[in-house]
Amino acid sequence: MSEAAVRPEEALYEVDVVVNGVRYVRQVEARTTLADFLREELGLTGTHIGCEQGACGACTVLLDGRSARSCLVYAVQADGADVVTVEGLGALAPRARRVTLDDGREVELHPLQEVFQAHHALQCGYCTPGFLIAAFEFLRDNPRPTEAEVRAALSGNLCRCTGYQNIVDAVLDAARRLAEEGAGPA
Amino acid sequence: MKSAAFAYHRVRSAEEARDCLARYGGEAKVLAGGQSLVPMLHMRLVRPAALVDINRAEGLDRVEFPPEEDVVVIGAAVRHADVLRHAALGRRLPILREALALVGHPAIRNRGTPVGSVCHADPAAEMPAVLALLGGEVEALGAEGRYRIPADAFFLTYFTTALPPEDVAVAVRLPLPSPHTGQAFAEVARREGDFALVGAGASVRLDEDGRVAEARLVFCGVGDTPVRAYEVEAELAGVRPSAGTWEEAGAAAADRLQPEGDVHASAAYRREVAARLAARVLAAAFRRAREGPDAAEVAGPNAADGGASPAGRNDAPDHRGGLPE
Ligand SMILES: Cc1cc2nc3c(=O)[nH]c(=O)nc-3n(C[C@H](O)[C@H](O)[C@H](O)COP(=O)(O)OP(=O)(O)OC[C@H]3O[C@@H](n4cnc5c(N)ncnc54)[C@H](O)[C@@H]3O)c2cc1C
Ligand code: FES
Ligand code: FES
Repeated sequence: MSEAAVRPEEALYEVDVVVNGVRYVRQVEARTTLADFLREELGLTGTHIGCEQGACGACTVLLDGRSARSCLVYAVQADGADVVTVEGLGALAPRARRVTLDDGREVELHPLQEVFQAHHALQCGYCTPGFLIAAFEFLRDNPRPTEAEVRAALSGNLCRCTGYQNIVDAVLDAARRLAEEGAGPA
Repeated sequence: MKSAAFAYHRVRSAEEARDCLARYGGEAKVLAGGQSLVPMLHMRLVRPAALVDINRAEGLDRVEFPPEEDVVVIGAAVRHADVLRHAALGRRLPILREALALVGHPAIRNRGTPVGSVCHADPAAEMPAVLALLGGEVEALGAEGRYRIPADAFFLTYFTTALPPEDVAVAVRLPLPSPHTGQAFAEVARREGDFALVGAGASVRLDEDGRVAEARLVFCGVGDTPVRAYEVEAELAGVRPSAGTWEEAGAAAADRLQPEGDVHASAAYRREVAARLAARVLAAAFRRAREGPDAAEVAGPNAADGGASPAGRNDAPDHRGGLPE
């Protein structure tokens, strides 16, 4: 068997992937998760890792347009895929606001990110990237949600700071704002 | 934690998957949605030499209604979210949507697959219960070619199926309901998206006189496999339903269950919930059989008992998937 000639840990696999509009080609071990790949290979540390079991949602990204746990996808599986992380969310907004970070970098904020700020929907911020991605997908598919629908859609994301009410308020407000602007979240 | 090292094979067809599994002689595992397998790899509960990724295999991503047969065939790379979005499937086999809307969270449903769920054989999972309820089959590919395993021979015990490790499941085949049939699925979980503490599914077919021609009842979360209530099903055949029929049937079915207690719920509690859920899904299936699929939402967990029962998720699953057509 040819596979046996190379011990699995020595084998590297090519990943050719577009992340937030930028193409990257890298060699990875099969067991490298997409979450670790984004953070450690690409330096995109906005995607957070909580449980590595799919339970907390901190690592949620868009994989070919649909939300996915990046801890439950191996990087090699993303070969040929299009990935959007929280760092790329602003670029998906119809009208993103440019802000300057403390370190001088200019970034674009998605309206969802603005309402999270406005509603105090983040405390330590660890869970926030996952909530933003989940909320983005949800509002794209269901632009006029009820509160119950928002709660159901976000049920897969845990917030250790337990800011759930403010997060729900923020997402409902984002839906209202986006409806007024006459545009979906994308 | 992280997975131990493994070799990775992205296969282009079911045949290639089968050949690859055979070369590893049972030491490789199929990677479908990864929503159960990857957590197990991370916890190192399994350490396969290789993963055989079927996500891009040709032809496995289809939902088909073969002509001349009253079944739907759902390929092994079709995801829960695909099923929830599938308009024809929602119309022709609405119980599938009702059950799969209760599987995990949106991001889990975007990747996980009904066939993967069946192969994983978690006794608390919805999809194995639906397969058992409908009397579906798993279509597999092995050294000798394609073959089928009926649901009641497929689930052996916790996380264990009759599918040999060298063979790949290519699809599940689910019978479509015949006329005058109603079906329903409901469960009680501790929180939206959690695995069911107990789930129940029912299918009721009526004859011209409004008598039960055939009733089926299944539970998840109360045994080592999905549990069909065969005795109660037999007792219901020929019955003209009256007030109390479904409660009595539910209680009789629950009496025969031997659920285990754990940190989430005692055995007695599970039996109690099973009785109520069974009554509810049977009643809803009956109403749908009589009045059509839109007849009755399965009542929420709090509807019958004054609101003090545990958090449940079986209230109107209209937008549960966030996946309108
Ligand atoms: C946070 C969280 C919550 C969840 N909640 C629920 C829930 O409420 N209800 C529920 O039912 N599930 C739940 N799941 C599990 C989810 O539904 C999985 O998608 C499903 O159980 C497995 O499907 P998969 O496609 O992801 O399979 P995988 O994880 O890829 O595989 C699972 C197992 O089946 C085998 N397998 C898969 N496909 C094949 C095939 N074609 N041939 C042979 N073997 C195969 C694999 O080798 C592996 O052993 C949850 C998961 C997570 C992470
Ligand atoms: S780190 Fe992926 S879900 Fe928790
Ligand atoms: S804001 Fe701290 S975990 Fe959610």
